Amino acid sequence: MSKTSSNPATTQKSAVTKLRDLTRRPEIGALAGTVIVYVFFSIFGGKEFTALGGLSAWANTAAELLIIALPVGLLMIAGEFDLSVGSVVAGSSVTLALISGYWGLPLWVGIIAALCLGLISGFLNGLMVTKTKVPSFIVTLAMQFGLAGLTLGSVRLITQTTSISLAEESIFKEMFGGKFANQFENAIFWAIAAALLVAWILQVSPYGNWIFALGGDIISARAAGVQVEKTKIALFMATGFGASLVGVIQATLYNGTSTSGGQSFVFNSVIAVVIGGVVLTGGYGSVVGIVLGTCTFAIVNQGVYYTGWDSDWAALILGILLLAAVLMNNTFRRLALSGGKKEVKKNV
Amino acid sequence: MSKRIGTPLLKLNKVSKVFAGYRALDEVSLEVYPGQVLCLLGDNGAGKSTLIKVLAGFHEATTGTLELNGEVTAFKSPKDASQAGIATVHQFGGTFPLMSIGRSFFVGAEPTKGKGILRRFDKKFANETAVREMQALGITRVTDGDRLIGALSGGERQAAAIARAVHFGANVLILDEPTAALGVKEAAHVLRIVMQARNRGVAVILVTHNVSHALTVGDHFAVLIHGAKADDFAKGERTREQITDLMAGGEAMAELEKELNTLTGSVEKIN
Repeated sequence: MSKTSSNPATTQKSAVTKLRDLTRRPEIGALAGTVIVYVFFSIFGGKEFTALGGLSAWANTAAELLIIALPVGLLMIAGEFDLSVGSVVAGSSVTLALISGYWGLPLWVGIIAALCLGLISGFLNGLMVTKTKVPSFIVTLAMQFGLAGLTLGSVRLITQTTSISLAEESIFKEMFGGKFANQFENAIFWAIAAALLVAWILQVSPYGNWIFALGGDIISARAAGVQVEKTKIALFMATGFGASLVGVIQATLYNGTSTSGGQSFVFNSVIAVVIGGVVLTGGYGSVVGIVLGTCTFAIVNQGVYYTGWDSDWAALILGILLLAAVLMNNTFRRLALSGGKKEVKKNV
Repeated sequence: MSKRIGTPLLKLNKVSKVFAGYRALDEVSLEVYPGQVLCLLGDNGAGKSTLIKVLAGFHEATTGTLELNGEVTAFKSPKDASQAGIATVHQFGGTFPLMSIGRSFFVGAEPTKGKGILRRFDKKFANETAVREMQALGITRVTDGDRLIGALSGGERQAAAIARAVHFGANVLILDEPTAALGVKEAAHVLRIVMQARNRGVAVILVTHNVSHALTVGDHFAVLIHGAKADDFAKGERTREQITDLMAGGEAMAELEKELNTLTGSVEKIN
């Protein structure tokens, strides 16, 4: 039979095919973005940007953002949004400061309460999205405003101010809000742990398949036996948890909190994830891409200070990058999807 | 011929489905036998989609009963139906365009290796199985399980979905307009795959409004009009014209022809 002739094509990919497959991976665009902005700011930001000080500035920013962007990315791959992360960051850091700062309870009690707030708000988001079928865009936007109002109202009612200090020193403060090598936040370790965990879930564990399937075609996924509701609720709880972890990190790092902190994470996380190659409509994306997208964001965000230009220009660069990323993602996706037809000609 | 002997694999007894006062299905009775292709014919809105949604567990019948191997059952969810061996393949294959062939083949039934915390998706097995099952249905062009589903042609996507259903032991395969979006060559290929599934003893329910495709592969036919079964016959019992007339509502078609004749002149005149 024709077995012998078809076997080489089946088992071994030619070098050209391998190279082409590589260029069609969703991370390549994200990697190009990171390299370009790094080179750009190395030139215009001078030595200070490439020195340890510059590295720590963007690495710290990237670490905090990544802890939120990773679960937000998972959720986006599954076809949903979470716009409530800003208020969860603020709400959880306020919860921690209230319990362990204002009321003076041990720090670990406050930390657990803060993380629970994230899990609960995520659970409520997930429950409302799966039960009411209202788009998650609206449900989480409502949560974003509702929780912000609740946080501000309660803090004013209890403390008569909008900022609370948290002075306690303990091992937990070091764990979440500490630094190493003078200037690097311990948040970097949390971010690396989060990236490994999320990469395992998405690309290694069997549940990763469910997440891709949810964003790809939810009706077929349900028909195939994917537990749609449970998976979605778990993913919303993951974004809530990530946001509250950042809330804890910020409150312990800055020895206190104000009710308005954290709001920038709402859009920054979406920008980082999209620059990282995750498709807005779901079904496509990778952890490496999200990490690269987050680094790109942080490099631009911090790099602009080293250039001596007005920081307003950072927003302009990010806006252009976002647009470029979406256009590039579309191109890469088209290339990946057109893979089948060219294959015939090349193999012959 | 030994067509209608034994217990039907699946039987509908006067099944009706009412949506907010609208009767989408009106006392439809049908029998599905293993190794046979039942063609469900009807115009748009005749109730074909509702009927297969009842069979696939997406809707519960308002009245009437469903029998599986002679026993009355009720499907509360698509999961119940798929556990009973009923698989549905939709027009575009019901697959995930941005997932790899291997991954999408095993959605909801992921193969794993390792135990406990190390339990992980077995990508190698998934890719190899998916490619092998598709090649078994004659799709030899597909050799790489990492390729995205979206890179396949319409017919290949259908084949992937059918291969998946057969692999997971479906004994009733519901195909919803599998040829509607395909070119002539690809449609023929899908029909060949339908025949292969039938020869393996699978009961196939083919939903279509293409009479030619139905006549090519069908063993038994049912025509739906306004949610009710208008006719039910075995292969060779009706001519193509009779079926087309029936689908279009019979008299309505004759009237339309007459009306068109007054506009363009009769067929004889033109000839």
